[in-house]
Amino acid sequence: MTREQIRKTEGFIALALSTLAAFMGLFWLVFILGDVLVHGIKALKLSLFLNDPAPPGVEGGGLRNAFVGQLLITVCATLIGVPVGVLGGTFLAEYARGRGIARIISILSDIMVSVPSIVIGTFIYAVLVRPIGHFNGWAGAVALSIIMIPVVLRTTEDMLSLVPWTLREAAFALGAPYYKVITQVVYRGAATGILTGILLSIARVAGETAPLLFTSFNNSFFSLDMKQPVASLTVTIFQYAMGPYDNWHAQAWAAAFVITVFILLLTITGRLIIRWRYK
Amino acid sequence: MAGKIELEVKGLDFYYAGDVHALKKINLTVYKNAVTSLIGPSGCGKTTLLRCFNRMHDLYPGNRYQGEVIFQGDNILSGSTDLIDLRSRVGMVFQKPTPFPMSIFDNIAYGLKLKGVRKRADLSERVEKALVHSALWDEVKDKLSASAYALSGGQQQRLVIARALAVDPEVLLFDEPTSALDPISTAKIEELAAVLKKEVTIVIVTHNMQQAARISDWTGFLMLGELIEFDKTDRIFTAPSEKLTEDYVTGRFG
Repeated sequence: MTREQIRKTEGFIALALSTLAAFMGLFWLVFILGDVLVHGIKALKLSLFLNDPAPPGVEGGGLRNAFVGQLLITVCATLIGVPVGVLGGTFLAEYARGRGIARIISILSDIMVSVPSIVIGTFIYAVLVRPIGHFNGWAGAVALSIIMIPVVLRTTEDMLSLVPWTLREAAFALGAPYYKVITQVVYRGAATGILTGILLSIARVAGETAPLLFTSFNNSFFSLDMKQPVASLTVTIFQYAMGPYDNWHAQAWAAAFVITVFILLLTITGRLIIRWRYK
Repeated sequence: MAGKIELEVKGLDFYYAGDVHALKKINLTVYKNAVTSLIGPSGCGKTTLLRCFNRMHDLYPGNRYQGEVIFQGDNILSGSTDLIDLRSRVGMVFQKPTPFPMSIFDNIAYGLKLKGVRKRADLSERVEKALVHSALWDEVKDKLSASAYALSGGQQQRLVIARALAVDPEVLLFDEPTSALDPISTAKIEELAAVLKKEVTIVIVTHNMQQAARISDWTGFLMLGELIEFDKTDRIFTAPSEKLTEDYVTGRFG
């Protein structure tokens, strides 16, 4: 073989290997999504959203309680987690920039991102469930918000650090105080990234089961009372998938389908907002 | 033609964090309604000096001033200076255009809103005036709500000038405003400086000696943190009194 042929062969091998690797990843993704899609759509009925669960073993019924409960917990978690995360990230990137405390907090929150979520669940169990005496929705929301905070905090910090310093200087040079520089100029420059971080963190917690098992637990009845156990899709999927009844399995598939589509829509909406904003 | 004095620098020393002595005993007068340029080799301290005039160095911890910069009777280096007020009277334009991530209109209105102008009609009027002033109005009047990032580099720089002008500053500091621009945009900015000096005092840092010769009335030559010579521009470029200045402006080093 000539040198050129060798080079071409090497190029072909590299291309083939990387294509294969990409297909490996895609294959499982499509497999899982396809499975959820096929089983989920089969079990999808309007009654799923309108009815509360039927007694065990009885046909029919729906998961209205779990859909509403999941939404309630996720929204409350977002309302707690996002402001804390964004403000914390702002502190690290702006006010504490370059100081030791910023590095320590950054490293700690990186560690927190990889703490198993069940550990956070048991922690909240000790703090917000035991003292109260029963499972409750707020404990679930706080547990999820604790998972969100380090994700939002680190993305915010990174995105703010990417905004060039000259932009801040330009705002200072017009006589803007620091908090206005941050809220009116720097946040705008980093909006895309911060929004992406927030959406990713919501998507992350929307699929969490373990921290809810110990906190909001589950509720077979429709309830909007965050001081009582609140149903959630993920815990319901866990319970129904482990249960003995065929219609439970079907409903678990449907719930899995809905939550997957929800997370997908969340991501797509986020991207559309970003694109529309920057037109 | 030595007119009224705008800024008077008296025995100014400046230290960056870690006691780096960047400016040494600078004495210099900036005259009102004139263009003063600061030239010198890279690292000579010309930008450092410029950034003393709006106390930009205060953004970074550890920086230290000594001496005085008198601006309308007050020493702006004193601790009691209101930096927000100072910076709304002494505007600054940077090397690279720094449009904010918002519309053209909002960019110009930003400084006005900071100053408390709220009424839409007032804002519109002053935004238009600033854009006319910076010779950008004809190019952007139909797309004021478009993103400022959609403009070309030269237009962005004039937008930034308009933004600084909108708040009616008394002094405008230019930090190598044309070094990132093409020759045509550069020419436009230079023409602008000549017009603007009727209303504001301009101090410009430039690497381009032809530019200093073309647009400025006064020129200061700095080297290694010291002001070697300060005089009328035509004297600096035709009959400097210092050997170092002559070597620099004739291109023998730097």
